[in-house]
Amino acid sequence: MKYSLASLFAGLIFGFGLILSGMANPEKVLGFLDIAGLWDPSLAFVMGGAIIVGVVAFAVARRRTLSFLGFNMKIPSHTHIDKRLVIGSLMFGIGWGIAGICPGPGIVALGAGETKAAVFVVSMVAGMAIFELIERNRAKA
Amino acid sequence: MIEIAWSNFTPWSALAGGILVGLAAASFLLLNGRIAGISGILGGLLTPLKGDIAWRVAFMLGLLAAPAVWLLAADMPAIEINAGYPALIIAGLLVGVGTRYGSGCTSGHGVCGLSRLSPRSLVATLSFMATGFITVFVIRHVLGV
Repeated sequence: MKYSLASLFAGLIFGFGLILSGMANPEKVLGFLDIAGLWDPSLAFVMGGAIIVGVVAFAVARRRTLSFLGFNMKIPSHTHIDKRLVIGSLMFGIGWGIAGICPGPGIVALGAGETKAAVFVVSMVAGMAIFELIERNRAKA
Repeated sequence: MIEIAWSNFTPWSALAGGILVGLAAASFLLLNGRIAGISGILGGLLTPLKGDIAWRVAFMLGLLAAPAVWLLAADMPAIEINAGYPALIIAGLLVGVGTRYGSGCTSGHGVCGLSRLSPRSLVATLSFMATGFITVFVIRHVLGV
């Protein structure tokens, strides 16, 4: 219960941050990605602001084995850079550049009642399902 | 030469929003011990494990409810989606497959991964930023859409 409430809280604040920053507006995101046009560098400040806070949080987290609510810390430990990481990220970037929507802002825009965001999110979940099917078939092979 | 769109440039709200995103990721990390990676949290719901569902749904509900709760205090800024439906479907599929295959998106790799100085996340972030810039360049300046 505590775990889910903390998740709800984090999701809500995350959503506020995306709305306030302009990340929830795909046209703004495309303005950032369009470096050859009239470039809007604002979103570099979103990343900067988030990382300033994040660096402090991870410095604190690294010294702990349990969270402040007493749960196990689950911080990824992989360090291997492989083809999956790079190819997957390259694919993600193409999709991001086509519509200007990444997963978080897509869900926030869906919450704002945007029909187009609903189409994007349904397609994204379908893409995730395709990934799971491919993984399952690979595991069998 | 890079030309800046000064009339659209909003560094303060971008910075403040970024700090809020950082605080959300920080609270999730310090309270629940997890990385706030949206694609991973959502994707995990497709292969549900017992006891691993409610918190994922709760996080998604928080994101979904954010605009409605925001409206209680202030006007919502514009959300302009100019891509057509076929483009949205292709984009969604690529983002869905790509983020799962690459183990993360802008939040998990971009915010959390860079904050913990993960070399994997740095490579992932540089990769999706690169294709993001290239894709917009091709669409707007080569194809001229």
